[in-house]
Amino acid sequence: MIRHLFPVRGGVHPAYRKDQTSERAVLPLPMPAMLYIPLQQHVGQAAEVLVSIGERVRKGQMIARCSGSVSAPQHAPTSGHIRDIAEVTAPHASGLAQTTIVLEPDGADEWAVLPEPIADPFAVDPQLIRERVAKAGVVGMGGAVFPAAVKLDLGTRYKIDTLVINGAECEPYVTCDDRTMREHPQEVIDGARIIARVLGATRIVVGVERNKPQAIEALTRAAAAYPGVEVVGVPAQYPMGYAHELILATTGRETPAGKRTAEVGVVAYNCSTARAVDQAVRLGRPLITRVVTVSGGAIREPKNVECPIGARVGDLVAFCGGFTSPPAHLVNGGPMMGQPLPNLEVPVVKGTAGILALTRSETNARPEEPCIRCGTCVSACPVGLVPVELAALIRRDDLKTAARLGVGDCIGCGSCAWVCPSQIPLVQYFNYANGMLWNQEQQERKNARVKALAEAHARRVEKAAAAKRAAQSGRKPAASPAAPRAASEETGRKAAATEEAGS
Amino acid sequence: MTMGAVGSSAPFTHSPISVQATMRTVLAALAPATLFNLYLFGWPAILLFTVTIASCVTAEAISLGLADRPVWPRLSDGSAVLTGWLLAMSLPPWAPWWTGALGAVFAIPLAKHAFGGLGQNLFNPAMVARVALLVSFPVVMTAWVVPHPLFAAGSPGLAEGWAITFGGQMPDAVTAASALGFVKTELSRGIPVAQSLPQVPDLMDMTLGLRAGSLGETSLVLILAGGLFLMARRIISWHIPAGMLGALCAMATLFHAMDPDRYASGVFHLTSGAAFLGAFFIATDYVTSPVSKSGQLAFGIGVGILTWVIRTFAGYPEGVAFAVLLMNSLTPIIDQYSRPRRFGRNRQGEPLPQKGAR
Amino acid sequence: MLIAIGSLTLIGLVLGSGLGAAARFLRVEGNPLEAEIQSMLPGSQCGQCGYVGCGQAAAALARGEAPVTLCPPGGRAVAQALAKRLGVQIDLSKHEDKGPQYALIVEDLCTGCTRCIRECSVDAIFGATKQMHTILTDACHTCGKCAPVCPTGAIVMNPVPVTIRTWHWPKPQVSPRPKPLSQSEPLGAAA
Repeated sequence: MIRHLFPVRGGVHPAYRKDQTSERAVLPLPMPAMLYIPLQQHVGQAAEVLVSIGERVRKGQMIARCSGSVSAPQHAPTSGHIRDIAEVTAPHASGLAQTTIVLEPDGADEWAVLPEPIADPFAVDPQLIRERVAKAGVVGMGGAVFPAAVKLDLGTRYKIDTLVINGAECEPYVTCDDRTMREHPQEVIDGARIIARVLGATRIVVGVERNKPQAIEALTRAAAAYPGVEVVGVPAQYPMGYAHELILATTGRETPAGKRTAEVGVVAYNCSTARAVDQAVRLGRPLITRVVTVSGGAIREPKNVECPIGARVGDLVAFCGGFTSPPAHLVNGGPMMGQPLPNLEVPVVKGTAGILALTRSETNARPEEPCIRCGTCVSACPVGLVPVELAALIRRDDLKTAARLGVGDCIGCGSCAWVCPSQIPLVQYFNYANGMLWNQEQQERKNARVKALAEAHARRVEKAAAAKRAAQSGRKPAASPAAPRAASEETGRKAAATEEAGS
Repeated sequence: MTMGAVGSSAPFTHSPISVQATMRTVLAALAPATLFNLYLFGWPAILLFTVTIASCVTAEAISLGLADRPVWPRLSDGSAVLTGWLLAMSLPPWAPWWTGALGAVFAIPLAKHAFGGLGQNLFNPAMVARVALLVSFPVVMTAWVVPHPLFAAGSPGLAEGWAITFGGQMPDAVTAASALGFVKTELSRGIPVAQSLPQVPDLMDMTLGLRAGSLGETSLVLILAGGLFLMARRIISWHIPAGMLGALCAMATLFHAMDPDRYASGVFHLTSGAAFLGAFFIATDYVTSPVSKSGQLAFGIGVGILTWVIRTFAGYPEGVAFAVLLMNSLTPIIDQYSRPRRFGRNRQGEPLPQKGAR
Repeated sequence: MLIAIGSLTLIGLVLGSGLGAAARFLRVEGNPLEAEIQSMLPGSQCGQCGYVGCGQAAAALARGEAPVTLCPPGGRAVAQALAKRLGVQIDLSKHEDKGPQYALIVEDLCTGCTRCIRECSVDAIFGATKQMHTILTDACHTCGKCAPVCPTGAIVMNPVPVTIRTWHWPKPQVSPRPKPLSQSEPLGAAA
């Protein structure tokens, strides 16, 4: 089918470097000796632990449940014993730790009793499908890790007419979605149709970058029987995988800033997430494994690996032949937006699409030089920001003007920093600014609260002093006005009364 | 809230573009025109060229040392060489050596490092130097000569050239007016343009460069080739050159049509003076021009209009340097008003109107 | 010649009276510097600076009577901002920035004397006589007045821990920043 695509602005064209891993089938990782399943692998509230140390669990059993309205559960990737619930270093640039369930596989790989497969997802109540997806712990696997079930709810609050399946995978090196689309196209399309049904969408558009012709062909064949599903080849331009940009390119609709894409009637799901939804609904399986691309110049045998959640990065690297040389950078994700990892002991989580071990020459890094105002960053920015100006403001600590000029709109894609001839770390400036602005906002909120408390404290003390004076002059104190009081005020009163009694 | 466990942040890959590579490409684009003109004007031009560039590099090294910055990395990026090169191209080819040296003092420490160094200057350093020299030493800076090709008869040898450049001995009866200067002087004497034009070198000569002028004013064809090469390599975009040349030609053509006796034609303006050099190599300087494409177009048009106005009505025959400096001062304002529209927002910065809720 | 003198005198008179009228009718009430400085302070009225409330501290700063490092909760950031606004030259490199902190009662040492409760300016401490006291960390704004009055030293000031949620990338450091000429070290020394 020939479709009309819409122009998107900005963007860059880094070298793909995908052929190291794209032409080989996905291989399963042999079960490692220990699994580390963090309670927070998604956006929202961390899951609540259900199991205790020493307990034996089976494969697919829920070991931590949803907590709060935006949350997701965690499941055991294999059968075994819970050895610990500890603070383990997270796969995050900060190197900080998070609460993690440590599971020792027993080798039996015994399945728990799974929920019944839903025979005809197109006939049952959509609410049933949402519950099933929620119970399966499916989150956005393209990296945003938003709980998929909560997103399915959008169909009840917005008028959705189009579901976009994101098969763009614009980051260099990473090919996990490419292999998934080539090897399991029916599951991707089926999952897409189920999601569309729950959302109430009548049209499905599967957007795949043109540098993946085999994936496009496989999906087109799988979707041939379904007239509402269109597979579209989009230009291979980074960051085409950014949901808002893909939606603009395929449907021509521009999502208003700060709002959900549902506002324009479109919802986007990653293709691997669609497959996970399909498995949860058709087979009752929870999300316990994912395909991870292990690549980079320092990896001996780059490949795509089907990896249980909780395996250590070191296990993956060992499976791929280890390092040919000590890597200059160990990255979680792609080279443009990925997080640097603190060590090899951190676990693979639901949002880990790639593990890259990059050599210094691959990164083409040079020492930073002064900005020459070439303006290439302005042409590269897909959001329409002026990075040269924002970076200059942030360098001068003028965060307020930077916020007014849109630093909060930055999606962190890294196009500007990639293209900068002086190799200025622009994205780091913007991440720093956004972090500081968020902290300042929290601090201001706290100051407002503290100010209210201080005023309440002053009023209380004044009232107590007035009551004391009135009592000493023999008259009854005036009735107190019905003002809202914090519990501490009551406590303070007691203390004041105690003091009175004591003095 | 501060130090992470790891050092650098994404991205972990970079494009091959670098400051050094960009400067080298610009110099390569300038080389053909420069070499041709050095050949045209002989040894004095070669010596002056060398002195100017050497002075600029020396001034840069001294300034970097005084400012406590790393000397070799900054020197090797080629920006001082480029400034010196462009400055040399705007000087009279047989000017004495101290114009180049003094120009270097104006350009590097004053117009560049006093503002903060690479990337911080508001005005184009080469043009600041040229204008300062022109205003201070008008006679020396307008002493143009006709071409004396390097090995032809009548061309000064090395010793003679040395004497001209370093000894200050300009031979008599070799100065000639540039085309622009000639027309302007004749106009002030009351002789209409149509009459003075035939006495000026014809179009072919002006295009090929076989006429009096500075090193950069000659050889249109080679400058254009260099400029197109830069555009093909994505170093510069079409916005500034097209804006400047288009506006210059449009203004000139318009007024020439209204009064041919008073105003020279568009083609004359385009082919005389440093219009092409200014359009492709001077006005497109990264640091002093706007960052957005629409801003660059406005900048180019402004330079074009101002060039024409200064050439026609002001006291100096050549207007490119002044026009560039005037538009440089407007660059921050142009930048402020030509910011792109942000994704998901309207031009005022508010989010696009929402729709679609049930 | 007389016309020249007369016209310039007239212009001078007109502009001078214009300035006088502006000084009268367009004047700004109060000292705007004070309000500006007050907005730069944290505003929690903790009193650690020694003045009664941030308004008084701002007035003292505007008059030049108080040092710019007077605000402990503001830390180095506020000291730097004040120094910049007031044009004060100060070397803050040795200034200890303790960062955000919160007060914590070590329960083993608490005797329930309620002295800290009376001291707290925002009523952030829960407790009663002979009952365990505890501090609401959400309300505590680090003024530090409770810690010295505790007879058993049960109150400690702890730094607020960074979590994955509150962590962010630090500001990129530009490689060797040039120093002002008066403080420059010989070329080749570390920046």
